[in-house]
Amino acid sequence: MIEAELARCVASFVPGATGVAGAAKLSGGASQETWTFDILHPGGNIGAILRRAPPGYGASPGRAAGLDAEAVLMQLAYDAGLPSPEVMHVLKAEEDLGNGFIMRRIEGETIARKILRDEEFAKVRPMLARQLGKVAAGIHALPQSKLPTLRTVTSTREIGDLECEYRSFDWPRPVFELALRWLADHDPGPSREITLVHGDFRHGNLIIGPDGVRAVLDWELAHYGDPMEDLGWICVNSWRFGEIDKPVGGFGAREDLFAGYEETGRKVDPGRVKFWEVMGTLRWGVMCCGMMQRFRKGPDHSMERAMIGRRSSETEIDLLRLLAPRA
Amino acid sequence: MQDEPTPTELIKAVAEFLRTEIAPAIKGHNGFKLRVGINALDLVTRQLALEGPGDAAEAARLKQLLGMDGSVMELNRALSEKIAKGEVDLSTPGLKDHLWQTTMDKLAVDQPNYASYKRELGTK
Repeated sequence: MIEAELARCVASFVPGATGVAGAAKLSGGASQETWTFDILHPGGNIGAILRRAPPGYGASPGRAAGLDAEAVLMQLAYDAGLPSPEVMHVLKAEEDLGNGFIMRRIEGETIARKILRDEEFAKVRPMLARQLGKVAAGIHALPQSKLPTLRTVTSTREIGDLECEYRSFDWPRPVFELALRWLADHDPGPSREITLVHGDFRHGNLIIGPDGVRAVLDWELAHYGDPMEDLGWICVNSWRFGEIDKPVGGFGAREDLFAGYEETGRKVDPGRVKFWEVMGTLRWGVMCCGMMQRFRKGPDHSMERAMIGRRSSETEIDLLRLLAPRA
Repeated sequence: MQDEPTPTELIKAVAEFLRTEIAPAIKGHNGFKLRVGINALDLVTRQLALEGPGDAAEAARLKQLLGMDGSVMELNRALSEKIAKGEVDLSTPGLKDHLWQTTMDKLAVDQPNYASYKRELGTK
């Protein structure tokens, strides 16, 4: 039972803690899990989250930053005053909990449809794009000297990776071909400035409350690269959940996102943002195809994965709307 | 010759039963999975109805565009290769219309409620 190990572990970094309760797994595949639990304390219980690779799953797969790097990034963001959970503890080998870290739990909503439709978010929705622009700028300005080792992504390499993955499916998609050509023809080349890039800055990884953005989560895909990538990714139509006229997450305008970003003194390059939006749309399309491959070949033979394969055509219509709009 | 009812009638009947009788009684994650399953059955009935005429029209367009014969898969491979090589692009007469029509036909089966699709349907 995980609560016994957690209780021993929290005693080492929360003085006076008497145990843990309510441990429940929120999500997890074979190699990575997220648990919620409460640290029991006479002075008031503390909500906590464990993010870990269970014992025996140390190495992180290809693109992942790794849990140690995630903990460092989250703590740096917290220290810089960005909306981010406080990292309470990084797991040690002798604690028998695997590799990972424990952070403070932040209450709020991550489900896009609720954030976009529920009354309690009505007042804050028009503010979110600007807030997120500012948050992205803060991420891109984190002190380089303290950042962990991460892979570096260039637009040229990313096009190559996507093409390689798409070709491995051996299923012809003329719209994807068109997008790959467009990306190669419009490749802006290396960014003048290379910064930390969150890499998955979108609904699902943002905790929103009625008061605004409360936390940015999931640094698994963090890397160094063109800071405009984060701004393009959050504009991908797949994250608008039906609110297609509000490009930023279905709640805001690009102008608001950019204004929030530039409030900090940083500059937006709208051409590069558009490039990364096209790249992101294709990337999500390729990811949908990848889900279908894993359904067919892998151990996760679930109908959800199979049905996500049938969502790749959504990105085809979005790519056509971007690259070949009708009148 | 196989007898009646048709596959479409059978799948529709099962989906209708799951939707009206079972779904209201299932909560939580299994309720979510059940909705995904019902969506899959609905998708299959749309594909059974639309795939034949859609593929035939797509193949006819591709033959015209490429000036060659073949199965719809072979023709799509050929078109993909030509786009990748830059031999065909959006300035090629007929390509844009073809890609739009083909994509709209895919969405009609895959995700007819997708907002971009509904918008494009209305502005055609």
